[in-house]
Parts: sequence; C-alpha cells; structure tokens
Amino acid sequence: MAEPLLVCTDVGVRFGGLQALSGVDLTAGTDEITAVIGPNGAGKTTLINAVSGMVQAQRGTFRLGTDDITRAQPHERSRLGLVRTFQNLEIFSNMTLLENVMTGCHARLRVAPWHSLLRTRTSRAMEKAIQNEALEVLDFVGLFELAKYQARDLPFGKQRLLELARALAARPRLLLLDEPAAGLNMSETQLLADLILRAREHFRLSIVLVEHDMDLVMRISDQVLVLCFGQVISRGAPAQIQRDPQVIAAYLGDDED
Amino acid sequence: MSMGYRYDMRWLAGLLLVLALLPPLLGNNYYLTVLTMCCLNAMIAVGLSLLVGHAGQISLGHAGFYGLAAYTTAALSTTLGVPVGLSMLAGVGASAAVAALVGLPALKLKGHYLAMATLGFGVILSILFNETVEITGGPSGFTGIPRLSLFGVEFSSDLSVYYLIVALLGLVVWLSFNILHSRVGRALRALHTSEKAAQAMGIDIARYKLFVFVVSAAFAGLAGVLYAHYLTFIAPASFGFSFSVQLIVMVVLGGMTSVPGSIVGAFFLTVLPEFLRAFENVEIVLFGGILVLCMMYLPDGLAGGFNRLWRLVWRLIYVRADKYRQNRQDRQDRRDRQESQDRQDVQDRLEMLDRQDNMDGKDGGDNG
Repeated sequence: MAEPLLVCTDVGVRFGGLQALSGVDLTAGTDEITAVIGPNGAGKTTLINAVSGMVQAQRGTFRLGTDDITRAQPHERSRLGLVRTFQNLEIFSNMTLLENVMTGCHARLRVAPWHSLLRTRTSRAMEKAIQNEALEVLDFVGLFELAKYQARDLPFGKQRLLELARALAARPRLLLLDEPAAGLNMSETQLLADLILRAREHFRLSIVLVEHDMDLVMRISDQVLVLCFGQVISRGAPAQIQRDPQVIAAYLGDDED
Repeated sequence: MSMGYRYDMRWLAGLLLVLALLPPLLGNNYYLTVLTMCCLNAMIAVGLSLLVGHAGQISLGHAGFYGLAAYTTAALSTTLGVPVGLSMLAGVGASAAVAALVGLPALKLKGHYLAMATLGFGVILSILFNETVEITGGPSGFTGIPRLSLFGVEFSSDLSVYYLIVALLGLVVWLSFNILHSRVGRALRALHTSEKAAQAMGIDIARYKLFVFVVSAAFAGLAGVLYAHYLTFIAPASFGFSFSVQLIVMVVLGGMTSVPGSIVGAFFLTVLPEFLRAFENVEIVLFGGILVLCMMYLPDGLAGGFNRLWRLVWRLIYVRADKYRQNRQDRQDRRDRQESQDRQDVQDRLEMLDRQDNMDGKDGGDNG
C-alpha cells in the first residue's frame, strides 16, 4: 500500500469538562476503506467533525496528502479534497436534486462572482458543463430520473443517496461518511454497500466511515478502528477485530469485573 | 427557483413593457411620481429579497444604505460641485463600502447578529442625518440638489427620469436573475438551508454572505442616488427605521424567494399609503397587520399565493373537464352495454326457439 492519504496524529477534543477524544491516531490509506466503530458516545462523530474541521481540535495534527490541514477552515479542507456527509441528513431541501448535486461541484469551479453576475460566456459554459457532470453522478447513484424533483419530496433512503451523490460530485480524494446506513432498511443497506464499493473504484476514493451496522462494516472495510470513551482500543483488519476480546468487552460489557 | 432562466427573462421583458406603456395611460403627473417611487422601492426590495429570501440573512438597516447614498451624492454634487454622474457613482460606492465594513464582522457570527448590527447601524445613520446639520441640513432636509444628468445629457422632464429609472430597475432585476441562476445563487440557497453542508461542499459562507449583503446595499444605494436627484430634496424622515421595516414587509408580502413577488410587494406597499393619506399614521398599523397575516396565511407571499391560486383554478378546470369526459364515457358505456344486452336477449330467445324446434324434430323422429 502506498503512502497513507490521511494522517491524523494525537487528536484531542474537549467540550468543557468532557474529554471527547484523546490521543487518537487515524490513518487512511489510498484507495482504502477505513471504518470507525465503537459504542454510543465513543466519539466517532466527533472524530469525523474534527477531521472535517467542523469541530476545532485542541490537540493533534492533520495531514491530507502533502497538505497540512490542521488550521484549515472546513471549506478549505473540502477544496483540498476532503468531503463529508452527515449523520442527520443535511441536503438542500429547497432545491431540486440536480441543483443539490451541482452545488457539490461548487468548489471545483473557481471563477470570480462577476462572471455569474453578468452571465458571461465563461459562466454559461461552466453551468452547462457541471449540469452534465451532475447528471452523470445522479445516474451513478441511480437517481437520474428524479433529477428535476425537489429534494424534500424524496423518501429518506433516496435522500441518503442524494447526499452521497452531492459529496461525490465534489470529486473528493477522501470521503468521510457519517453513519451512511442510519435509517436504511436491509435491502437499502445492501445497495449502499455495493454503491460505496463501486464509488471507490469509479472515483478512485479513499473512504473513512463511521457506522453502527456491523454487517456493512465487516463487508466493505479494509481496516477498522475501534473507539471507546474517546480512545482507540483496537485497530486492524475486520476479521481480527471481531475476535479481539477488548472489543467484545466494550460492546457487550466486561464479565470479569 | 424551479422555473428556468428563459421564463424569468420573459417575465422581465413583460415587466419592462408594462412599465414603459403605463405613463401615457396615467395622464396625471402625481400618478407618475407615485409610479417612479414604486420603481425605486422595487429596486431596494429586489436586492433585499436576495439577501433575506435567498441567503436567509435579515437586514433591518437598508433604509440606512438608501439614505447614505442619497446624502453622499447630494453633498458631493450640491456642496462640492462634483458632476452628478460621478457623485451618483460615489453614492452607490459609499453604500457598498459601508456595507462591507458593517458586514465583515457581523456576517461571521451565527444567528441574528446581522439583524441586530444592521438595526443599530440604521439608527446611528438616522441620528447622523439629523444631527450633522452643516452637511445634511438636519431635520429640515437637504434642498437644491441638481437634477439628474449623465454624460452631459440632462434628464429635464419627469418622464425621462422615469424611463431611466425603469431601465435601471430592469438592470437590477437582470443582475439578480443572473445571480440566482448561477453557482452563486446555489451557494446562497445552500448556506440558507444548511451552513454546515454548504461548508462541506467547499463554499466559503462568510464570503458569499458578504457578497450578497454588499450587492443588496449597492442596489439600495442606486435607488438612493436616483431618489435624491429626482426629487432634488431629501430629509432624514425618509430614511428611518420605519422605512427599513416597510422594505422588509414588501419582501415578505411579495414572497421572500421571489424576485417578481418582491416587485409586486414594493408596488403594492408604495401605492397603498397614497390612498390612506386621509388617515394619519394608520399605515404603520396596516404594515404590522400585513406582516402578521402574511406569516399566518401566506408564508410564500403574494407570489406563492398566486401560484397556489393558479394551480387551484387549473385543477378546477381540469377536474371539471375530466368529470365531463368521464360522465360522457359512462353514459356511452351504459348505452353500449344496454344495446349488447338487448342483442344478447334477442339472440338467446332465437337460440331457445331453435333448440325447441330441434327437440320437437328429434322427438318426432324417435317416435316416427
């Protein structure tokens, strides 16, 4: 495996008196799927927030490829290729699906606002190009036919797919998925797993996902990180994690005490 | 925003056509003045609908930007003798620059800080217009402002000024539609719905909020400079807090996310007080009432109400036509069924007769 794409070292996050994360190291290899699991309140989402810059970590360094992103704003991290989805859907409900995904392309097309203001030739050509690109991504997740619908009219499962499509449209190098299967039924989760694997191939992505659904985690991840009370208690291949007594104890409670 | 750019352009062409054809029909100079004021207020309301409706940022100080530009161009052109074209440019520039200064810190904060900051800003400006008597003329107003002239062309008649203002309103609406149908417009709507998700998509939300705030202040400034040179007299009372609120009511009444709606709202609320001249100050109560009623019954304003009405009418016609067709079909079916039933009955009877004949014949044969 080549040089890891994302390297976070010694991450510490504190909310007032609560130490949400301490001394967490997270690496994500190129083209790898890394899963972060752990009991409720273990700090999984906080880790995603810290990596994406939504929560400022008090300790630790973050590096994406050759860029040091420790001090970068969330939108700057996104522009460097680190794009996330949300546990509680954050789709743009007042826009059509197409507009949602086109918004995903936003950062890749950097032109001065006056191009948009005057609707210059550059601006029009760009609109057309990203519209086509957005339709392609919608096709990829299987929402092509619904492109002109308002996002708020979609059923929950399809909204999840839309959020994924929007993130893919940003052409990330690293995709952070915060509980992508939450609220999905079994067959939808199955489809999602296939989709994530296909997305990795098609867009050449590295993926970090936080997930409760163990079947999904064991099926698609190359590497698993187990958090408990803000600390890493185990890491390794899925099969190895399943047998780790410490992990079993964390999930099921410790018999010996 | 589901309608396309072409649809909006057609709407704009229609608006300009109507505004161009209206003056000869009015006949009276007083009506022309009211119509001109409608266009100026519409200019501010359109900018405000970008800011409030699309980006979700509330400003309670837009009357301040309107007044700042008016006083800037008045002072420059009258007191310092700067050519009107230049002083107008400076007025718009002053509004935009001050908006950038106010917005830079206020827009970085979450929640209703912009509303509070602009509220304070508007009040401070209002005090300045009243108190700096040497520059502004104080409460009694600024008189003797030169009439509009651009590039050496003087707009001597009220009608020519009106047409200039209509053209500039067209420009403002065109720019607004361009913004809304572009990546900038999507970014604004995105940050309105979810700042987190917008950031995750690489949108620099502080920058876009500042952009739309400055643009809307510049539109208000443009209306302000035109107002000053059109009336040649300005007074602080026109730029107070109550006008800021009135502007917000125009946008809310029209439909927050609709540019056409905000224009209709501006026209309606500019014309309305003219009819209420007889009852002093009743308009304040009325504006409050309209705001409350809108929130309760017309959350999408007149534009949304119109859309709903249109759909209702459409459905009524459609359903009527459908029912009529259905009824006719039913009647036809029944007739057909009756007919085939009748035919069947006849056939049955004939068959029965045949069978009877046969049986009779058989019986006869057996016996014989």
